[in-house]
Amino acid sequence: MQTFFIIAILVLGFLITFQIAKASEYVAVLRGEEQTRKQSNKINAFLMLLFLIVGLIGVYYCNEKLNGKILGEPASDHGVLIDNMIKITLVITLVVFFITQILLFWFAFRYQESDKRKAYYYPHNNNLEIIWTTIPALALSVLIGFGLYYWFKITGPAPKDAMVVEVVGSQFKWEYRYPGKDGILGKKYFKYIDETRNNPLGQIWEDSANHDDIYITGEDLYLVVNKPVKMIINAKDVVHDVGLVHFRMKMDAVPGMPTTMWFTPTKTTKQMREETGNANFVYEISCDQMCGRGHTSMRGTIQVVTQEEFDAWLASKKPQYLRANPDKDPSVKKDSSNVKDIAAVMTN
Amino acid sequence: MNTVHAETMSVAHDVHDHSRHGHHKESFLTKYIFSQDHKTIGKQFLITGMIWAIIGGLFSVLFRLQLGYPDETFPILETFFGKWAKGGRIQPEFYYALITIHGTVLVFFVLTAGLSGTFANILIPLQIGARDMASPFLNMLSYWFFFLASVVMLSSIFISTGPAATGWTMYPPLSALPLASEGSKLGADLWLISMALFIVSSLLGGLNYITTVLNMRTKGMSMTRLPLTVWAMFFTAVLGVLSFPVLLSGAILLLFDRNLGTSFYLDQIYINGVVLPNEGGSAILYQHLFWFLGHPEVYIILLPAMGMVSEILSVNSRKPIFGYTAMLGSMFAICVLAFLVWAHHMFVTGLNPFLGAIFVLLTLLIAIPSAVKVFNWLTTIWRGNIRFTPAMLFAIGFVSLFISGGLTGIFLGNSTIDIHLHDTMFVVAHFHIVMGVASMFGMFAGIYHWFPKMYGRYMNTTLAYIHFWVTLVGAYLIFWPMHYQGLAGMPRRYLDKSGWVSFSQFGELDKMITVVSIVVFAVQLMFVFNFFYSIFKGRKVTNPNPWGANTLEWTTPINPGHGNWPGEIPEVHRWPYDYGKDGRDFIPQTEPISPKESVTHKTEVKPA
Ligand code: HEM
Ligand SMILES: [Cu+2]
Ligand SMILES: [Cu+2]
Repeated sequence: MQTFFIIAILVLGFLITFQIAKASEYVAVLRGEEQTRKQSNKINAFLMLLFLIVGLIGVYYCNEKLNGKILGEPASDHGVLIDNMIKITLVITLVVFFITQILLFWFAFRYQESDKRKAYYYPHNNNLEIIWTTIPALALSVLIGFGLYYWFKITGPAPKDAMVVEVVGSQFKWEYRYPGKDGILGKKYFKYIDETRNNPLGQIWEDSANHDDIYITGEDLYLVVNKPVKMIINAKDVVHDVGLVHFRMKMDAVPGMPTTMWFTPTKTTKQMREETGNANFVYEISCDQMCGRGHTSMRGTIQVVTQEEFDAWLASKKPQYLRANPDKDPSVKKDSSNVKDIAAVMTN
Repeated sequence: MNTVHAETMSVAHDVHDHSRHGHHKESFLTKYIFSQDHKTIGKQFLITGMIWAIIGGLFSVLFRLQLGYPDETFPILETFFGKWAKGGRIQPEFYYALITIHGTVLVFFVLTAGLSGTFANILIPLQIGARDMASPFLNMLSYWFFFLASVVMLSSIFISTGPAATGWTMYPPLSALPLASEGSKLGADLWLISMALFIVSSLLGGLNYITTVLNMRTKGMSMTRLPLTVWAMFFTAVLGVLSFPVLLSGAILLLFDRNLGTSFYLDQIYINGVVLPNEGGSAILYQHLFWFLGHPEVYIILLPAMGMVSEILSVNSRKPIFGYTAMLGSMFAICVLAFLVWAHHMFVTGLNPFLGAIFVLLTLLIAIPSAVKVFNWLTTIWRGNIRFTPAMLFAIGFVSLFISGGLTGIFLGNSTIDIHLHDTMFVVAHFHIVMGVASMFGMFAGIYHWFPKMYGRYMNTTLAYIHFWVTLVGAYLIFWPMHYQGLAGMPRRYLDKSGWVSFSQFGELDKMITVVSIVVFAVQLMFVFNFFYSIFKGRKVTNPNPWGANTLEWTTPINPGHGNWPGEIPEVHRWPYDYGKDGRDFIPQTEPISPKESVTHKTEVKPA
């Protein structure tokens, strides 16, 4: 019903506009086209000026309304660099924006057709061309300079003490793997992937580096505050992308080609909850590369915690090796001692 | 040498034409359908492009509906689209099909074929003083390949698994694996076939435009006396001829991967519980091939608009274009650089950071010629005597949008910032302003300006003014705030943000954008109406040179026939921008330079 209403109004509005437009054409012919043209010229020139003024106010108003909604302080060291770069670029581009837009619409208004003025024949001036080639070149050099300095800092090698975690994307979920005590992610091969036998990543069990690797999915990824983390990123099926808005980081997950990125989270989830005043705050992983039907909901969550909390959490996880090979799992073998185990946990 | 040769050739053609005069009756079929007249072919491109624009625009309204009102149901959608909008909700596959076809169609069918196909065809022969294209037959084929491409694309919308749904960039493996999405089944094959046909069309057109500009100029029309429109079309054609073949090869390899079991783009894939045999390919290879076309493509779209805007600004300011040579130089620089920046679309694909740095440098260099163009346009209207014809309004709007969108490119071109902004709504806002809306404005400007030449009538100006102001304000209302969504990191191609903590704060804004986009779309329909209504009922043109312009197309009769000039082709004596010289309002290119004239431009007799 509502739809029809809207369509009816649109059609009606259109018909009215059209009648007016047709009538004004007849009037133009009657009153002399020159006369009418001059009048509409004045109106349009005025609208140019109006557009400029209202537009500038609009830019301000829009900023007032929306500026508070764009995430606030970054939560990583690299995020600070990126936000700095945005600020530097913003200053330079805004200056150019205001100057050029104001000139454009002001000239349009100021130099509207008038019988009193003759257009000024001014075909070229090489000095001017040189000036406005050089100034942008200088401004851009500044931007390139800062940009590349930050870029190499961000993409440079990760610190030696960085913690490593693997992030794997597939339609439409995120899976993670920690290297365990040995600090090495065991080898894997996609043909060994077998969900029914508890091997969702295709880990090669013959590689002993795999025996202590911890696999996680469907729950929070844990990171340690102020400890650099290096993510090894890949995908199983199509291209995905690990997007971390609060850390301002992003890297594609490409099947067949592992990528990496590193950063240092600087605020725990708890801190962020206080800062944002949002008790439900979580860090989110968004998939930023179109990957099919479920792209919109390919969401992961991250907890940034202290080292102690992290250690305790990790200790509660069982290596995937033991899940896939229950015969190697000491806690499963001793069937009769199960009761005792539970009792032990309870007293702890 | 060249021009003299061209002249003798066209004179011969002329004589030949006259000798045939008596039995020169064309049937309806050869006059309107399989026409070889460049003007008719141009109109065919234009009208086909307009139909696609309406389809593409309608699709955008549909997916904006989803974005603005993700929680509401629209039963009417189910009536029309059945399972694709089950329960009145746009299904994800449908949403992705809509954005894919919207993007593909607007980029390629509307703003490439509809824009440069139309105006290169109509303007090149008319403005250089030629009776037609170098090869009218290839020119006709160019349109019909486009038509075929259109038919294939259109038919893909109606198959049961739906059209391609992977975004207009068609990245594999998503686009390569039927298992990955509904749209990657038959729809993807049809998309690739359609694009292949389209590329053939655009190559035939491009080669023709280049040859025509180089060989068919009338006597006195040296390259430095060409209007900037022709230069722009020329550069556009060169870009297209050099870059489209790369996309063609990329598309063919993708077809192979899809249908012949090759592994150009596929490596180590496990999907839906199935391990695929492919190994050794690279998904990133496709992105390189795609963007090697994709970036020049954005300039293929923009340059014709730039050329027409330069011309229209000059004519309606009654002043020469400022810095003709600098305008040429900057267009040339843009063309060269356009080939050297493609990887700025791939900063976060795992590209080597050092290579990334080089692409940052080259990308940001493009901002320099862009800035030069803007300053030259500003100086062109400075101290002019401006007539706000509808074309002029759109030309001014173009400059404003080009500034806004070019400046956001400087954010994205800096890889450091692009880490955060890549694949967010910021990118969407950037390219819609700088390419989508700006080039549309160029196209509108061109249509309003040359409509009298095309149909011998004017379009209704009142409707045109409404069209302009609503579209300009609407475009900024839609795309300006969208940058904030992008700065917040909101990813593009998300159809519902309610499940997210980080992106759900813009609900009101999304509603506003949707409402405005419906209004803007309605106004475009009004433009289309104005266009067709004016073809038949518009005010008749009585003055063969209604805008008081210098270029050659206005020396033809009001309704030029096949061959353009009934008598001899006019000879050219000067550059096209003598407006306001020596106190005269305008001096057509055909007027010889009088000994008393002041010498101010270096393509005149001698340098100043
Ligand atoms: C100052 C000049 C410009 C610079 C530095 C620039 C830079 C960029 C960069 C780096 C991107 C990639 C962003 C990303 O995906 O993360 C981009 C996207 C894009 N730009 Fe520009 N740009 C400029 C001007 C233009 C112009 C003039 C056009 C078109 C006429 C254009 C059209 C596009 C399009 C279509 C995309 C997005 C394609 C997609 O991902 O779907 N840009 N631009
Ligand atoms: Cu995704
Ligand atoms: Cu690009």
